[in-house]
Amino acid sequence: MCTMLVKKVPVEGFGRGTDGWFDMKQANVSWDHPFHAPEEHALNIDFVNESYGPGARVAVELSVDGARQLAETIQSVLSEAEDRGLI
Amino acid sequence: MYTTDQYEGMLAETVALRGADGNRVLAYCARPLGPGPFPGMVLVHHMPGWDEWYREATRRFAHHGYVAISPNLYERFGHGSPEDVAAAVRADGGVPDDQAVADLEASMHYLRALPYVNGKVGIFGTCSGGRHAVLVASRVAGFDAVVDCWGGGVVMPTDQLTPQRPVAPIDYTADLNSPVLGLFGAEDHSPTVDDVAVHEAALEEHGKDFEFHMYEGAGHGFFYYHRPSYRQEQAVDGWEKIWAFLGQKLSN
Repeated sequence: MCTMLVKKVPVEGFGRGTDGWFDMKQANVSWDHPFHAPEEHALNIDFVNESYGPGARVAVELSVDGARQLAETIQSVLSEAEDRGLI
Repeated sequence: MYTTDQYEGMLAETVALRGADGNRVLAYCARPLGPGPFPGMVLVHHMPGWDEWYREATRRFAHHGYVAISPNLYERFGHGSPEDVAAAVRADGGVPDDQAVADLEASMHYLRALPYVNGKVGIFGTCSGGRHAVLVASRVAGFDAVVDCWGGGVVMPTDQLTPQRPVAPIDYTADLNSPVLGLFGAEDHSPTVDDVAVHEAALEEHGKDFEFHMYEGAGHGFFYYHRPSYRQEQAVDGWEKIWAFLGQKLSN
């Protein structure tokens, strides 16, 4: 919240949190202070289901390069799956 | 000054108070044992939440002779690990300024009601807590000293104002009625050296009592010993400046 750079996106899927698997409803994407990554800022993604409380969270804290590569790779894999008629 | 034949004791515990809109807010309170009177300090936690560092810092202030209280500004987001709760707050762009101001004002009044507080209450905050400290001391009477450690967002361009943070704290500078100690890192991205200079100019323009220190070789969060941002030399000097400043401003 120091940077105020945050966006929420609906995401259907399942994630494994501290209490096991749960159905995720949303991803919160921010460029802000991470909790663990040894940087002042990181690209943070929290996959959450707010109806289960703050503990229903799967967190990643990515470097800039890592975040860009992840986004490109997701697009690439989905495109290839579409090309092969798997989606 | 502490001497080795001196009695020391401390009480530290979770307490509750009524914050904004009368809602219950938990707070961590630590105080030296004895009748006092001791000066009071409100500690405003940082963006990563009401975490272990802040409970330790609360006890640190008590160790140095203050009745210290640190309210959980994220109370309305539910309970869980400090990181999980703070992540939920981060996703919502922070807590509303009005709510934070009311919670911190309630914390100040909590201290003032205690029979072992000497009638002087200061406020300390780091990161977003530094911003909150400046904000509440500008909007609410009753704070006798402010310690702003690298509070980002005191200076805010209009395009960064939000419903939660509708006014930049610097715009309240004329109403600030307590002295300010500011500690900043020259390598910080929020606040930048330029942001700090703008804040400094506003304090000078309004004739406020303040001292700012800009540390070379330090960035954001240089007190946090559990993070790579920790800078031992700058942190030691910063704490010494805090004790000197508060000793001067909060003693009777």
